[in-house]
Amino acid sequence: MWRDAVLVAGKDLAVERRSRVALNQVVPYALVVLLLFGFAFDQDRPLLLQAAPGLFWLAVLFSGLLAVQRSFAIEASDGAVDGLRLSGLEPAGIFVGKAAAVGLQLLVVEVLLTGGVVVLFHTRLEGAGLLITSALLSTAGVAGAGVAYGALSMGLRVRETLLPLLLAPVLAPVVLAATEAWRSALGLSSADGWRWSGLLGCFAAVYLAGGVLSFGALMEET
Amino acid sequence: MRNPQASSSSRLTRVLGWSALAALALNTWWGLWLSPPDVVQGQFVRMLYVHPAVATMCYAGFGLCTLASLAWLWPRLRSPRWDRLAVAGAEVGAVFCLATLVTGSIWGRASWGVWWTWDARLTLTAILFALSLGYLALRRAVDNPHSRALVSSMVALLMALTVVVDHYATSWWVTLHQNTTLFKQDPTVHGWQLATMLVSFIAFGLAFAWLVVHRYRLEGLEERYENEGLVSALEARRSEVTAPLDVRPGFEGDRSPSRAPAEAVSQ
Amino acid sequence: MVEIPVLAVRLRSVVALAGLYPLLAGVDLDVGPGQILAVKGPNGAGKTSLLRVMAGLLPVAAGEATVLGLEPTAQARELRRQVGLLGHRNGLYDDLSAEDNVRFCVRAARLPKTAVPVALDRLGLTERLRRLPVGKLSAGQRRRVALACLVARQPRLWLLDEPHAGLDADHRQLLDNLLREAVAEGATVVLATHEASVTALLADRVVTMSGGTVLDGTTGLDDGPVPDDAPVVDDGPGPEREGITSVA
Repeated sequence: MWRDAVLVAGKDLAVERRSRVALNQVVPYALVVLLLFGFAFDQDRPLLLQAAPGLFWLAVLFSGLLAVQRSFAIEASDGAVDGLRLSGLEPAGIFVGKAAAVGLQLLVVEVLLTGGVVVLFHTRLEGAGLLITSALLSTAGVAGAGVAYGALSMGLRVRETLLPLLLAPVLAPVVLAATEAWRSALGLSSADGWRWSGLLGCFAAVYLAGGVLSFGALMEET
Repeated sequence: MRNPQASSSSRLTRVLGWSALAALALNTWWGLWLSPPDVVQGQFVRMLYVHPAVATMCYAGFGLCTLASLAWLWPRLRSPRWDRLAVAGAEVGAVFCLATLVTGSIWGRASWGVWWTWDARLTLTAILFALSLGYLALRRAVDNPHSRALVSSMVALLMALTVVVDHYATSWWVTLHQNTTLFKQDPTVHGWQLATMLVSFIAFGLAFAWLVVHRYRLEGLEERYENEGLVSALEARRSEVTAPLDVRPGFEGDRSPSRAPAEAVSQ
Repeated sequence: MVEIPVLAVRLRSVVALAGLYPLLAGVDLDVGPGQILAVKGPNGAGKTSLLRVMAGLLPVAAGEATVLGLEPTAQARELRRQVGLLGHRNGLYDDLSAEDNVRFCVRAARLPKTAVPVALDRLGLTERLRRLPVGKLSAGQRRRVALACLVARQPRLWLLDEPHAGLDADHRQLLDNLLREAVAEGATVVLATHEASVTALLADRVVTMSGGTVLDGTTGLDDGPVPDDAPVVDDGPGPEREGITSVA
């Protein structure tokens, strides 16, 4: 399975490298979203500072939706889905590979968004350990859940609208927990950020395991 | 062969329906007139006779959906009736979920002047509602009955696990932001209030059962309708067969002017 | 010694559904090993669905099916490893080069990377063409890349859906040679086609599809069948789904 996962992840990242969709489209979208938040909050400095972690993770959520859509769009064009089914690759491997590719792209987005938040919302970075740990766990959860639900919307005509509808409520606890973890790390709240990270870990575990177990069946049925 | 009845009513549903109606009437009478107003909350305590029962039925519906989905996925137990039960539970649960949100919101507004409070239960219920809408939308998007059952049962399980995570997330979140002391601890109930609340549970429970039975049967009826449609579709498909083709070399079968073109859906 | 040939494909009363629409409405077909079978028929007759059933991509709702000795629905994964399907669409990744695409196919099938340049050479894809992103190639060139994937995997059963479409005369000849070579090495080929030249020159046997059924699928395996006036249908074992009757 791992061999297949590496192969699929490599293929997805190679497509990204050639087409540069994540870099040229998803990242600017995320940064513009941050800008728009600034407008919506009317430049209220203290408010933006308080809200920064939440807005950051919202922007990551929106970018994640795009990244997952893109991950399955490359299979849908030219009917590569059948190719995947016929390829002899293990479905669990395809799941892990695609999730890894989406996750890596999201991490790049997050790094750049962190820069955006520092610049636009005047955030000061502290508590790097907690920031990074919770970010990694959140990303794993978003990628895992995204690819799992993406699989079942792969063959459906209404994929573009169904996937956000399915994913957004599912990812709500990730946004919640990641925001609280970051607020704790940045000193904006007295909560226990590591407990929130634990919850993020649970979520990621549920969806990574769930995806591995169900991806095969989901890939066939749609 | 299945019983040829074409409606989802039966003795069971009539019994359920009428007793639900009677219990609801009793609930209304007791709730609005007989039971006394609360010392603390005044008249607004009467929401006690609707909201908790409705919320419980909402969880019952989704719980039913999850268990039925598990049963469908279990290899030995698999059968279409679990899938029907799952969708019945999910739809009725979604209706009660909306009712929970509305009654909870009204209670909050009536008691404390705000339409929404970010308390743990209400927030969790809101997420639950959104998840159920996604589940129902997904079911509508898949045509093949077997695929639909498989995909929705997997999604139901994943969502159930998500709800567990959500429960912890929302309750921790609420204790973090202590400004929501607004919303109630459950008031201590006794005497008439307790009795009326029990009646409300029975009433809404009966209504829930009535709805689920109807929806379950409706799903079965739809399946039967589609299966019968399949038989005629098969016949229609086979009737597209045209006269045998001449296979002399150079003959392009589908350009022949003498053959009636087959009007078929292009794959 | 009398050798009883094992059929490469054996279908009896196979029904396949898309939701509730019957794509295949009771197909009976025998395909011997090492044959090139051409399937003719108007659009919508079910040729594509027939190929997909044989590839194990479309589940069999009723009837019996055996492909390469395996059950396509129950043993789909093993079957797919031995089957190569070329559909209407090519299944390529537009942003990757031809070489990358074929390499992905080959490595997914756990074959050695050396198969890649061999296949690309065989399909006449020059060095320059190999490095371009596939999205920039012409339709015929993309078809050849997809064929290269197939050639590299060397499947036991080739399923091709109108493979000659979009190819010029030279490459058609190339494709025909490829298929004959594959058959000479023991593969079986089933292709769906409209083209008279294919049925006349390339195929060992021709069957016709219409209305989701094959009209002459089980008559005469060795020579091209002569159709009777009425369609020949073999009433196989009763289908599993309640309420479905066989063709009268």
